[in-house]
Amino acid sequence: MTPNPAIFTPLLIAAGIFFVWSCYRRFSLVTLGRPEDRFSDPGMRLMEMLLYAFGQKRVVAKPFGVNHFIIFWSFIILLLANGEFLVEGVVPSFSLALLPAPLYHGLLLAFDLVSLLTLAAIFLAFARRIFFPPTYMSTTYVKARSLEGFLILAFIALLMLAYFGLHGAEISLGNEPAAPYMPVSSAVAGLLLAFPSAVSLQSIAWFSWWIHALVLLAFICFLPHSKHMHILTAIPNCFFASLEKPNTQPREEFAKGGEFGVARVDRFTWKDLFDSFSCTECGRCQNACPATTTGKSLNPRQVIHAIKTNLLANGPLLQKGGAPVIPLIGEEGEGSSTEETIWACTTCGACMEACPVLIEHMPKIVKMRRHLVEMESKFPEELLNLFENMEQRSNPWGIAPSERTKWCSTMEIKPFEKGVTEYLFYIGCAGTFDSRSKQVTVALATILDAAGVSWGILGKEEKCCGDSVRRLGNEFVFDRMAKENVQLFREKGITKVIVQCPHCFSALKNDYRQYGLELEVIHHGELLDQLLSSGRLKLNRQVSDLGGVLFHDSCYLGRHNDVYDAPRSAITAATGSAPAEMERSRNNSFCCGAGGGRMWMEEHSGERINLNRVDEALRQNADTICTACPYCMTMFEDGLKDRQAGQTRVRDIAEVVAEGLRPA
Amino acid sequence: MQIVACIKQVPDTTQVQIDPVTNTLVREGIPFIVNPYDTHALEEALRLKDRFGCRVAAISMGPPNAEATLRKALSLGVDEAILLSDRVFGGADTLATSNVLAAAIRKLHGQDEVGIVLCGKQTIDGDTAQVGPGIATRLGYTQLTLVDRIEHIDLEKRVIRVRRKLEGRHEIVEAPLPVMLTVVRELNRPRYPTVPRRLESADAEVKVWNNQVMQLPEPTIGLKGSPTWVSRIFSPERDKGEIIGDGVHDPDGTANLLIDKLLSKDLLAL
Repeated sequence: MTPNPAIFTPLLIAAGIFFVWSCYRRFSLVTLGRPEDRFSDPGMRLMEMLLYAFGQKRVVAKPFGVNHFIIFWSFIILLLANGEFLVEGVVPSFSLALLPAPLYHGLLLAFDLVSLLTLAAIFLAFARRIFFPPTYMSTTYVKARSLEGFLILAFIALLMLAYFGLHGAEISLGNEPAAPYMPVSSAVAGLLLAFPSAVSLQSIAWFSWWIHALVLLAFICFLPHSKHMHILTAIPNCFFASLEKPNTQPREEFAKGGEFGVARVDRFTWKDLFDSFSCTECGRCQNACPATTTGKSLNPRQVIHAIKTNLLANGPLLQKGGAPVIPLIGEEGEGSSTEETIWACTTCGACMEACPVLIEHMPKIVKMRRHLVEMESKFPEELLNLFENMEQRSNPWGIAPSERTKWCSTMEIKPFEKGVTEYLFYIGCAGTFDSRSKQVTVALATILDAAGVSWGILGKEEKCCGDSVRRLGNEFVFDRMAKENVQLFREKGITKVIVQCPHCFSALKNDYRQYGLELEVIHHGELLDQLLSSGRLKLNRQVSDLGGVLFHDSCYLGRHNDVYDAPRSAITAATGSAPAEMERSRNNSFCCGAGGGRMWMEEHSGERINLNRVDEALRQNADTICTACPYCMTMFEDGLKDRQAGQTRVRDIAEVVAEGLRPA
Repeated sequence: MQIVACIKQVPDTTQVQIDPVTNTLVREGIPFIVNPYDTHALEEALRLKDRFGCRVAAISMGPPNAEATLRKALSLGVDEAILLSDRVFGGADTLATSNVLAAAIRKLHGQDEVGIVLCGKQTIDGDTAQVGPGIATRLGYTQLTLVDRIEHIDLEKRVIRVRRKLEGRHEIVEAPLPVMLTVVRELNRPRYPTVPRRLESADAEVKVWNNQVMQLPEPTIGLKGSPTWVSRIFSPERDKGEIIGDGVHDPDGTANLLIDKLLSKDLLAL
C-alpha cells in the first residue's frame, strides 16, 4: 500500500537532502587530513573488506558478535525491502512483485524471516545493555553515550514491528496474494484476526506504514550525526585499512621550517580522520587495553572519539582558514586527549587487534607523542635521561659502548664477518647490559654453538635499534639511529639476523624496511623451534626440573608479528609437554607494561600493569613463567617480587631449552 | 644586559681509558659530550633569558671540533655561540684558559654589558674547579661558587641572592652584579632541544675567534702562559677486593655475610 505519495515524497526528498548534506559535511572534513596512500593493491583490499566487513571476522570473534552478524546481514538483505518501500511510497505502481515470481517469493520469505531474526537480535541487544552489560560499559564516558545506543536499537525494533504490523494487516485484509511466503506476517495476521480490536485493520496497516516511513526517514537523518554512522564508514574503512600489521609508524621528513607530529586535528592523515568516523564505540579496544584495564586515563576508544569530536568542532573553522577552538592535546574534555593519556600507551596493539573495523589507534597516539617531544620537548621527566643516553651512548642506560662485549667475557665469541658468518646475533641492549638478560644471551649463545650455527656479533659496534625512542615519539633521534644502523648493516653485508628481543625484532624487521633495508630477522623463539624440529639441536635430556611451564606472549612477537606457535613448540620439544596458557593468551595476550617506552617510565596511577599480569599468571599455579622478551622478563620478575611469589620463577625460552643441554 | 655561559667539550669519561705507555688519555673513538655541570650553567642562562629576555652567549675554548658543543647550545636556544680556537691557545692550564675566556667576555662586554657569567662548578676531565673563579678574578666580578639555587634576582637594583651548596650545609649569599656563578647539578634540570631548533642550529653560525681576533699576548695564553703542566697521569692501583660467599647457592647466607662485612668497616649505619 501507499497511503499518500503527495505527503511522503517531499518528506523523502527533504530527508534525502539532509542526509546527503550531512554526509558531505562530514566527509569533506576528512579531506582536511594530510595525504596518505591507501589505494595500493585494490584486490587485496577488496579481500580484506570482504573478510572483515562482510564476513565480520573480528566481530564474531566474541560470542555476542554473532548477534551483530545477524543484524548486519539482516540490514543488508532488508536494504532491498526498504528500498522497495521508499520507491513504492513515491511511485505506488512500483513493486518487487514485478520480478519473476520465484525470485519475488524467495525475497518475501527472506524479508519475513530476517525481520523476525533482527527483532530477536535487537531484543537480545536491549537485554544485554540493561541486564548483563559488559564491564567496559560502566565507565562515565560510555554511560553518557548509552542513550544513543538505546535510541538506535529502538529505531531498528520499531522498523521491524512496523514491518510486521503493515504486512500482518495487509494479509488479514486479504490484500496480499503472496501471503503464503510470509509465515511470520501471516502469523501476525492470524493474531489480528483472532483478537479483533476497535481499530480497523485498515487503520493498523496505515498506521504501521507511517511508523515505518517516519522511523526510516528519521534514521536516515540521524545516521550521519550518530555513532551509527559506522554503517556507512566501516566497510570502506576495512578497504582502506593498513595492508600490513600496523606495528610501526610512518617516517617523518626533517626539513627546516617543518612541523612534526600532530597537535592539530588536520595534521592527521585523512585515514586517521576516517578512522574516527568509523568507530561505533563498541568498547572492545578499551576492554583489551592494559592502560584502561589498570585504571589509567588512557582509553583507546575515547582517543578516537576525541579526534572525531575535535574534527567536528574545529573542522569547519579550519576549512575557512581559521584557528581551532578545542586543542587536540589539552585538559580533560570533549575533543581533547590529555598528555597523561598519551603517555600511558604501551603500544601493545591490543586495541588494534580487537577493533572489528580495523581502526589504527597506536600510530595516532605516537603521532601526538611526536608533537610533544619534537615540538615542545614536553615529556615525563624520566625520559630525559633515556633520550640523552640513547643519543650519546646508544643504549637506554647510558653505559659505555666499550662495555658491549662484557657479557661474553667467559665465552669465545667471533665477530660477524661478511662471507664467513651466516648469522649476525644482534644481542640488543638488554641482552648486553641487563644482568638478568645477559644470562639469556649466554644461554642462547651456548645453544647456537651446540647446534653448529654459524654466527657472529657486532661487539662494540652494535648500537641500539631505537625501538623505545620511536614509540616514545622521538622520531628525530630514531631516524638518526636507524640510518646509522642501516648503514652499518649494509657495510657489514648483514642479511640474516638472530635477535632475542621482540623489540629489536620488530624494529629491524618492520621499521628498518622503511629505510630500504630488508633483513631476514629471526627471533630466537622461531630459531629454537627450527633447530629442535629439524634435529640440528639435540638435547641431552628432557627438561623436567622447571615444573609446570606457563608461556607469556610478548606483544611485539605475537600480536605485532604473528609469532605464536614457534616458541610454544620449542618449549614442548624441550620439556616434553605443551606449555600452559594464560587466560589471556596469543593475540589476546595482555601486555607486561613495558612496551612503547613505558619500560623507562614510572607508573603513577592505577594498578600496576605488570601486577595485573603476574596475578593472572599466579592463578595458573605455574612453577615457571616462560618469556621471550627481556622487558617481559623484568616486569614479571619485579611483579613476582612485589607479590612475594618466590616459588615461581621466570625463564626465557632460551634458558628452558639450554637446560636440556646439561648432561643427562 | 647579556649573560654568558662558559661551556667545555669533554671526553665522555665513563669511556676514557689511560694509555699505560704514554700516560695520556686514549681519546680515539671516545665520544665527546658537553661537560655535565656546564649543561646546568647553560640551562640557568636560558631560564634567565626566558624570564628577563636578556641575550645569552655561549663561549667555549677548544679545538675546532668543539664546535659540536656550541651547536648543541644553539639548539637549546642561545643567541650567539663563540668558539675560541687557535693553535696558540692549545696546551693551556687553568690560568691561561681563564685569561682567554675572560678576554672573550670582556670583548662581548664591549657590545653589551655582561651582567652574569655562568660556569659549571668544574669539568669532569680536569676536575680543578679553577677556571670559573679564574675568570671572575680576571674580570673583577664577584664570584659565587657552588650555586644550587638562585633565590632572588633584581636586574634593576643589580643584585642577586643565591644559595650555595656546601658540605652538610647551605649558605645564602647576596652580591651586586656583575657576578660569576659556578653551578652544581641540583640547580636545575636541563631542557631537551626541540626538533625545529635542532634543525635551525644545524646551519646556524658558530663564530670562531682566533688570536687574530682576540689579540692576546702569547706569554699569557696557551702552553707559554701556563705555569702548571701535567707530568704524569695514571689510574691509581686499587686493592683487590674479595669474593664473599656463594651468592648462587646460598643467597641468604651471603647477604648476611656482606652485611657483617659492611658493618665491620663502618660502611653501614644501623
